[in-house]
Amino acid sequence: MSNATPPNAAHDQLIEGLASDLGPVQPLPSPVRRAAIWLGFVIVAGLLLSLIADLPAFMQRFMASPDMWMAMLGSALTALLAAIAAFQLSLPDSSRAWAWLPMPALLLWITASGLGCLRDYVLPGTHMAPMNETMECLAIIVALSIPFSLLMFAMLREAFSLLPGLTVTIAGLAVAAASATLLNLFHPFDAAVVDLLVHALAVALVVVVCRAYGARLWASPNFSKAA
Amino acid sequence: MNGWLAGDVTAARAVTNNLKGTNSGFQVQMRSKNMLATIDATAFIPYSGGAVESMLASHARTRSRRRMATAEQKPTADDARRSALMAAAQAGDKTAYQTLLRDCVPLIRAIARRQGVSADQVDDVVQEVLLTIHRARQTYDPRRSFTAWLRVIAERRAIDLLRQSGRRGARELHAPIAFENYPDETADPAGGLQHADNTGRVSHALASLPPRQREAVQYLVLNEQSLAEASALTKRSKGSLKVNLHRALKALRGSVEGEDKI
Repeated sequence: MSNATPPNAAHDQLIEGLASDLGPVQPLPSPVRRAAIWLGFVIVAGLLLSLIADLPAFMQRFMASPDMWMAMLGSALTALLAAIAAFQLSLPDSSRAWAWLPMPALLLWITASGLGCLRDYVLPGTHMAPMNETMECLAIIVALSIPFSLLMFAMLREAFSLLPGLTVTIAGLAVAAASATLLNLFHPFDAAVVDLLVHALAVALVVVVCRAYGARLWASPNFSKAA
Repeated sequence: MNGWLAGDVTAARAVTNNLKGTNSGFQVQMRSKNMLATIDATAFIPYSGGAVESMLASHARTRSRRRMATAEQKPTADDARRSALMAAAQAGDKTAYQTLLRDCVPLIRAIARRQGVSADQVDDVVQEVLLTIHRARQTYDPRRSFTAWLRVIAERRAIDLLRQSGRRGARELHAPIAFENYPDETADPAGGLQHADNTGRVSHALASLPPRQREAVQYLVLNEQSLAEASALTKRSKGSLKVNLHRALKALRGSVEGEDKI
């Protein structure tokens, strides 16, 4: 079995073409550092939003119901871990297993949110959200997701994923989780079943839209990017 | 051992000798210039059958694959050289880049063959991987093994191609006799002559185009390549290719319509 490679004119032609297109590129920072940059933007957005939020009411709610801070911790951890996983998956040699990284935090988020629904049965006097307030939650999650996803996709596009569908799905999860975390600043009521379903719908909507549009990130060749 | 389906006599003898001696080691390896010359023992599966032979072949296949993967991941001199070439390519060194890509071709071929890509499709994988290296070169970290980075990309591209082939195979059926016997209800013998005549006129008009316009038609229309691919191959900008194609089509249209009026 010989390993000698017969000359191939097509390969030579392609190699010459690629070399002629070559320009200097800066190696990308590590996925963790890129995730930190993205999360920094989310934190700055959160700090700005806290200026207009009713922080005393926010703190009072958290003191009264421990499941709410568990749900918020779950969504924040999901955003953090999903962002790291998405940037890791955006590398062409990364393992598909990175997609599992945010799953424990997602489980915590779902479980803690589900516990919130039970409070309505345990404490019948608890204020529950009417439908119009619930729809505001959806609007806030979707509105916050737009700048977060634009930045996320702009940063992902710097890399080149060979698992594009999976990468943008996990990126969508990070975006939706970050938006849902910041939603807590403007959520003056406990989560009922309908409210939780609307949250789930909003998160699913963000993930699906990210998946639909984000998969085209690396669809077109980008030869002259570095030139 | 009665015979071998394929392979080299020396290696087959090595296996036979090994079986006669101890059964703890079953190594079939051939040294050559490239570390990937390790022979895949699947090429020597005996056709006489038998559980022992099958087990040994399976064992050899596993060990051979593991050894090859380890060899690719080990920081060898070749790997260090490739990493240095890639770092130079990231800095914009075209000569280093060409050297690196040429060096990668046999490696990609070996990986694609190991993934089960047929010989006639290996070159497709090579081209896909070369394009991927180009587009993903900023994602390579020079502190890590280049060969390991390349191996994952080549394996993924090979699997992509196998999936595409599988899907195409499920949709299409190779039946040359049925194809030949199928009557074409719209067939028109005179139409064939007319088509040949038209083809000749287009070929003549194409030959009379200026070289750059002809080149644009050749790559973008006849070869059905994308603007980016054509741009990489012809070393011309996308804008220049578009303009030349536009002018070429206009000239061709004028030329063919002119002949029709006459």
